[in-house]
Formats: sequence, structure tokens, C-alpha cells
Amino acid sequence: MADEYLEVPPELSRNVFLTTLDAVYNWSRRSSLWPMMFGLACCAIEMIAVAAARYDLARFGMEVMRPSPRQADVMIVSGTVTKKMVPQIVRLYNQMPQPRYVVAMGACATGGGPFKEGYNVVSGVDKFIPVDVYIPGCPPTPEALLYGMMRLQEKIKRQSIKTVPWYQKGRDDIPVPVLGPDVLDLRRKDEIKAISAQIADSEKYLDRLAEKQRAS
Amino acid sequence: MVQEQAVVTEALPYNDVVPGAVIDRDGEALVVNREKLPELALHLRDVEGYDYLSSVTGVDNLTHPKRQGVERFEVVYHLYSTQRGGGPLVLKVRAPEEDPEIPSVVSIWPGADFQEREIWDLYGIRFPGHPNLRRILLWEGFNGHPMRKDWKEAYYEEEHKPYSSRWPYGHYPLDEYKYPWQEERAVYKDNLVFPKGFDPDQWQAPEVEYRLGQDLYRELEKLKTDRIVVNIGPQHPSTHGVFRMVVALEGETIVGLEPEMGYLHRNHEKIGERNTYLMNIPYTDRLDYINSMSNNLGYVLAVEKLMSKVEVPERAKYLRIIMAELTRVLNHMFAIGFLLNDLGAFFTPALYALEERELILDLFEAASGSRMMCNYMRPGGVAYDVSDDWVEQARKLVFDRLPRAIDELDNYLTENEILLARTKGVGYLSPQDAVAYSTSGPVLRGSGVAYDIRKAEPYCIYDRFDFDIVTEEGGDVYARYMVRIREARESLKILRQALRDLPGGPVIGKKKYTFRIPPGEAYQRIEAPKGELGFYLVSDGTANPYRYHVRSPSFINLTALGLMCVGHKVADSVGILGSIDIVLGEVDR
Amino acid sequence: MVGKGILRGLATTARHLLETYIDDVKGIPSRYAYDRHFIKQPLDERGIFTIQYPEERRVLPERFRYVPMLIYDADTGEDRCTACGICAKVCPTQCIWIVREEDKTGKPLPRSQEFYIDISICMGCGFCAEFCPFDSIKMNHDYEIAVYHRFPDLILTKDDLVVPTTYYAQLYPEAWEAEERAREEERKRKEAREKALAAKRAAAAKKKAAAKKAEEAKKAGEEKADGKDEEKKA
Repeated sequence: MADEYLEVPPELSRNVFLTTLDAVYNWSRRSSLWPMMFGLACCAIEMIAVAAARYDLARFGMEVMRPSPRQADVMIVSGTVTKKMVPQIVRLYNQMPQPRYVVAMGACATGGGPFKEGYNVVSGVDKFIPVDVYIPGCPPTPEALLYGMMRLQEKIKRQSIKTVPWYQKGRDDIPVPVLGPDVLDLRRKDEIKAISAQIADSEKYLDRLAEKQRAS
Repeated sequence: MVQEQAVVTEALPYNDVVPGAVIDRDGEALVVNREKLPELALHLRDVEGYDYLSSVTGVDNLTHPKRQGVERFEVVYHLYSTQRGGGPLVLKVRAPEEDPEIPSVVSIWPGADFQEREIWDLYGIRFPGHPNLRRILLWEGFNGHPMRKDWKEAYYEEEHKPYSSRWPYGHYPLDEYKYPWQEERAVYKDNLVFPKGFDPDQWQAPEVEYRLGQDLYRELEKLKTDRIVVNIGPQHPSTHGVFRMVVALEGETIVGLEPEMGYLHRNHEKIGERNTYLMNIPYTDRLDYINSMSNNLGYVLAVEKLMSKVEVPERAKYLRIIMAELTRVLNHMFAIGFLLNDLGAFFTPALYALEERELILDLFEAASGSRMMCNYMRPGGVAYDVSDDWVEQARKLVFDRLPRAIDELDNYLTENEILLARTKGVGYLSPQDAVAYSTSGPVLRGSGVAYDIRKAEPYCIYDRFDFDIVTEEGGDVYARYMVRIREARESLKILRQALRDLPGGPVIGKKKYTFRIPPGEAYQRIEAPKGELGFYLVSDGTANPYRYHVRSPSFINLTALGLMCVGHKVADSVGILGSIDIVLGEVDR
Repeated sequence: MVGKGILRGLATTARHLLETYIDDVKGIPSRYAYDRHFIKQPLDERGIFTIQYPEERRVLPERFRYVPMLIYDADTGEDRCTACGICAKVCPTQCIWIVREEDKTGKPLPRSQEFYIDISICMGCGFCAEFCPFDSIKMNHDYEIAVYHRFPDLILTKDDLVVPTTYYAQLYPEAWEAEERAREEERKRKEAREKALAAKRAAAAKKKAAAKKAEEAKKAGEEKADGKDEEKKA
């Protein structure tokens, strides 16, 4: 049984008690992942379809969609993450209790998708919150979402009590971005300040770059 | 000289009533002097019967090759008459760059409220006289007005697609330093644009003042309750996505409600103006993502209108109708299911509706390749033919299974006492208000206004089918619910006729990925399941639309939400929102 | 009677519950017994089957599209792609990146050197497959592509994208047949055209030869005549 776990630290492999505990702990966690009832865009409709009769998410113990982040284990980011919405998403993520997982469903949540170039679109939710599984597709079919959730279960299966981040010291909450002239990631505050002080006129810079690109 | 001028102005309409109002003609449109706009608008509404303001949109003429002499900003109004039906009266009002101001028409057509706010937000044209002119899709404090032609995004690459960097030297930036792309190329290494010298520490977000009915319900003040403001959304299980209602409450009674949107503003129009005409078709799928077929249809009809002479094969005409009507059935069942969800019948009706939806989606998938994002229509036909087997499956569904499903829905919901108690008399919208607020679709017809674009201004081949306009007199949530059920039945009636008459033959001429589009403009509206879906296209003769605007029914139907909710309990606001049936992809675009 | 509507609603739900079991019983020998992998929903039944993914799968229609794939000829190992760039030009999201191969002098060759598709942007619209003139880019049916890392797992290179024609024929039996038929016809037409051209050329050559012969004969005759004249002169 122990060889099922890929990332077992050597000092732990001798510890039969802990690995058994891990097995029980992971089994119970991955068999009742409660997603947050949280839809952003098109993909949310496919998420509803997965929860409905034909695909039946309940077979995976995930049918308990919680409207409150306080009771949810996994956040399925189903749709385009816009700049106006990202402070709320980060806040919701912070409100989720540990252990928490994030699934980026669809191209938009993964990397901005077809709307990546848009001025109000965040190019991937992973710019702000850590993502565990990426499901490409626009939108992913219900089967693809189920497959993604199974990948998440696999990931949980490989975790160990000894190394999981929520028993380590310190909280990993993410500062909620601020809506300034553009969305402002507080972790990058100093960097942004430095760049905007350097660049005289960002628009002209873009024009120059585009020209350079064309010339080459 | 003076006399000549007078002759010219007399030849233009309405100048006898409102002297000096119409100054020019531009194609079919009348160019209106901006000072005289409110006066002319009043005349048009009260005397000429143009009571329905369908679409208001802005155009930035900065780089349009044919419009170099004219003022930079232009606001285009499309007016219709709900009594007469028929085509539009198009007004254009222009404003120069240094003084972008056009008088608001909200007091004449309240339906202009959100649309003028959108124009202010995206183009920076001010509307003096607007009661609440603040940004609607973006947030207060955003840097600039992004739809202006000289506003560039962080990921700006070239003016138009296709980008030259993709082929023949499309080195993907696996090696970021050699071939920088997007993130690496952008100034802030991300999709960010800050004004020069921006200091994050000094940033102060502007205060937002909500218009929350200070003068309404004065008698409630006797109750000595505190007025509290509650935010419902953007993450709320019953707001149908990321939508926020700012609700002012006295006790449990709503005294003011303001919708707050833009949480899914995906810059559809800005991207659409960069795309070629063909590339926009799959993007329209993502507008109202429950009814992608209808969106496709509206867009390709608009492109066909621009191209003027386009032959659509007979079979394709029927397939378009079949797809659009299947979508309507699907949407109405979905809408009813989720309305009931909002009313507390948690999930059973929605699950039953989803069952039938899956079967319709199977058909879409077999025909087009994708369940939701069909990308099926093309200018000049439809993308793929359907097999005989498909037609057989569709017949089974339309003749047997779907009528049964709708009957069942009707049977177990319509007379349910809880549903009646929650919906009858809730969210009343009078016929006059429904027209004035530019609502459309089931919301308009639920208020007893018999206005259906399929009859009023027929497009495609709807004039060949026998069906009725469904209206309900109630004007409340229940009436809108009933309209949906009965309309789904009418759709099945159309479907039965279309499947009976479906001819053989090709579905499209030669497939092309570039179209020769002459300069001009077109506004095409269709009766989408949610209401009037309009596409406004301006072409400058190139392969990309110069202006691309979507008049989305969900967005404009929301204008009346505040009106419908005031005076009801807070729990009813959720049901009223459900009865409007919004999709955020379309509200925010 | 108050409550009648509610009772009717409850009866409907109860009927739905019963019907699920009835359908299962009616289906004996059950659908679980035989081809469990691919489920197609029969439309004459009530309700809907739950597809027990991953043990069972839905029958995907041929036109199903998810992300693109590139096709190479299974017999010769040659790519069908000629790096013409039409897919990159019609792609609405501009997620296709192609480097065309060039020879040493910089002359473009009909082959792609590099081919990338960023499927974290791809919207799966299928335009690339629809407009490819060489049937070399098609939409894959494989949706099981969820990954743990966005970079570089979601940027598909040529190695990730290529599939043999046999795989394509298996996914798209109808389209494959139609395309092969068209290709065969095209080949026949080309052959016929070449034959006609060859015949024409042969005829032309013959004619030319005959003309030449005639000319030569004439010339010879003239020469003879000239000779005669000269002889006469002499």
C-alpha cells in the first residue's frame, strides 16, 4: 500500500502508523470534497450540468455545493476572472478554511482564454491564488471537469500530514487586490511603483514596442 | 447662400416641427443637432409614436477613413414603434473631442439609463441631465475610457488580427528573452496599465454614491426603522452569476435597489473590433452562453445585412430556424427551472429542465461539434449539414419528448400554491413602463405588450410559419413565468412545421474565411430567447468591423429591476431577478 | 382545494423516482451487462441515464471538438501540414504559432519547423480544422487533458500535437471516407488531366514532328530545286 504514495519522505516510509493515518486522512478528505457554489461565466453552466442528473457529481461525494466559502473545500473557478471580480475571488479564497484547493476550470480561468487580451481580464487566476489543477477547454465538457476533479483526488491522495502546508507555521492568506486605476496586486506594489516612475508614458512605450515588433 | 441652406433643411424631416433639429442625413440615419435632441425626442415619442428606444451606442470616429472631417464622437439611437412595428428610425448625434457632451434622453426614454452610463464608461461621453452618470461596467477610478480608438491595452499587439507574429515566424515565447510575448512584452509584466508616475501608496478609491430612493416610501419613515444597505452578490447563489444588487432596506422592505454589474465584463466589443468578421462568430457564443445558436444567428444576419446581397440556401434557412427555436425551448425551461430555484424549490425543477437540456445539447453537439459553444452559423448559410439520423432524433424530441416535458412542468408548477403565493402580484411592471424602460422578450410580453420581432420586423423565414405572439396581462413574476411556458409551446409549433418542411440541398455556398464587406453600417435585431438581441456593425471596408456593438436584452431588461423591486420584501428581489432571466455573459459582455 | 397543486408536484417527483427504477428494470438484461463503455441516450425513454464516468462514456459525435491535433501520414511518416498559415490566420484567439521551414538560401519549404498551440487560450471553435485546405489540422476528441502545471504543460508543441492518419480515420470515419474519396477523385482527375495533357503533348509533338518533316521535306525539295537551279546555272 505504501508504494502508492509517490512523495513519501524517507523518514516517513518507516513510520507505519503515519502512513496508515495518511491513507485514512487522505481517503476521507478526497471522498467528500465540497465545492463552493460559485460560478463566474460559461463554464459554470457546465459545472451545473455536472452536478445534474446525467453526470452526477454525487458519485464522487462532491454534490454538496456550499454557498458559503467557510464550509467549502474546493473552489472551482469556472469562468473568466475579471479585474473587477478578482478582489472578491481572493477574499473568498482567504475565507475558505484549510485544507483548500483551487481548480481552474476552462481556458479563461487557466490563462485568460479567448479574452486574454481584454483590458478587464486577469490572465489566469493563478496570478493571484495558487491553483491545483488546470482544466483546459472552452468550456470543458462535463467529462473533462470530472476528469479534472479525479486528478485533484489523485493529488490529495499523494499528500502527507507531515508536509501539508496547513499544519506548518504561518498563514498563507493572500492580500486582497485593490481596484485602483487598474487592479493592484499588493504583493507587487513596490515593483509597480518603480515601473510607473520609470516609464514616462506607458502608451507611447507600447506603440514603440509594436513598431519594433512590426519592423522585425 | 442663406436661401439654399433653408431649402436643404426643409428637405430634411421633422424640421418643420422642431426647427433646426435635423442637420444632415448619413445613409439612413438622421444627424441631429445636439442642442435640439431632447425637443426632437419628445416629439418623436409623443407625436410620431416612436415609443421604444431599442439601442443607444457610441462610436469613436477617430480612425474611420471616411469620417475624417466629422466630429470625433457619435451617439447612435435606434428607435422603434411598438404599435406600428416595422423598421427603425436612426438618429445620430455628434460631439467634438474637446467637448464630448450630449443631452441625456433618460427623462424621455428611461431605457437609455444604463446604455448612456455604458457610453460614459467606455467612451467618456458625458450626458448632462442623466441622474446617475457613473461607470457601469468598470469601476470608479479606472484609468481612461477603453473603447476609444486611441486607448491601448497592456497586451496590445497590432491594430487588427491576424497578428503578423504568428506566421511564418511564430516562435512561441518558450524563450522569453528572444521572443517576448504578452506578459513579457507588457510594461508591467502583466495585463496592467497604470497612469504615469502612479504611486500605489497614495491611491484613494473614489466614493461611490448609490441612488437608493431617498424620497420613496415616506410613510415608512413613521415606522422609525433604520435604513440599512445590503449587498447581494457578486458571489451569491441566486444572482445567476456575478451580479450585485445594492439594496436599501427599511425593515424588510426594499426602498431602493441599484444593480451593480461589470464583474464579467470581458471586453467583447473591444476584442470584436480587432477580430475579423469571421472570428467574431465564436465570440458571440460566449455572450449569452445558454443560447449560443441565437447569438450566432443575430450576428451573421447583421453581417449579411452589411454585405447586402447574400444568397442563403433554403435548407440552411430552415436549419437556422430549427436551431434558434430549439434554443428558445432550452432557454425557457432553464429559466423556469432556475426561477423556481430562486424561489426556494431547490433544484428539482432545475434538474428536470437540465435533463431535457442535455438532450437538446446532444443534438447541437452532433450538428456543430460542441455542446454549448456551437459556432454553427456562417454568413451565407450554416457551417455543417445535418444527417437524416439527426433529423429523426430531432423529430422524436420535438414531437414527443419535449411537449411532454413542458406539459409536466406546467402540470406540477403552474398551480402550485407556493409558487402562486410567491409570484402573483410580485414585481409588477406596467405596460407603459415596460415599453419606456426598453424591456424586451418575455418581460415585455409578460406586461401585456404584444411585441415580438419575429412578427413586428420579420427576419429569416419566420413569416412562413404559423405561430402566435404570447402575452400575459399580469405584468408580474407569474405572468413572465407563464409567457415562458407558453412561448416554449409556440416554439415547438414552429419546430414541428420547420422539421416537416425541411428541404434538401446544400447548406452553404463556398466556405470562405474572408468576406468582402462594403463600407456602411447595419443594425440587425432578432428575438432571442431573452429578448431583443441587436448587433450594430460599422464597416470601413476592411476585413475587420470598425465598430461592433451588442444590444443585449439581459442588460437592458435590468434597467427596470429597481422599479420592479421597490416596495417588495427583500426575499422577493431574488425571485424578480430570476423572472427577468439574465445571463451575465450578456449583461456585461 | 388548497394544497392540490403541491400534492400534484409531489406526485410528479415521486413518479420520476419510480420511473428511474422502472427504466432500469425494463432494461434487463441491463445496460450494465454489455457494452458498458459507450452510452447513448435512447430518446424514447423517460428521464435520462447517468453516465458513470470514468467507467462509462458518452458516444461522442463525429464532429465533437475539443482541442486541435496535427495529422501525419501513417504510411510515409510525412506531415500533412504545409505551413501555409491559414489556421493561424483564421484563429480567433491567435493561439497558433507556426515557424515555416526554410532552406539555406531562405526559400520557404512546405513544412513547419515549429508548431505551437497554446491551449490555455484556445477556444475550441474549430475554425482551423474547418478552413485547413490540406486536412492536416483537425479537432481531437480527447478531453482528458487536465494538468497540474500550466507551463509548459498547456503549450502543445508539434510533438504533443501530431497523430497518425489511422487515429484520425478512427475518430472521424465519415469525414475520413469522404476526404479519401475526394482525394481519390482528385488524383484520378489529375491523372486524367495528365493523361490528356500527355496525349495532347504527344499529339502536338507528332504534329510538330510531322510539320518539321514536311518542312524538312520542303526544304530538301527546295534545296533540291536550288541544286537543280544551280546545276542549271552551272
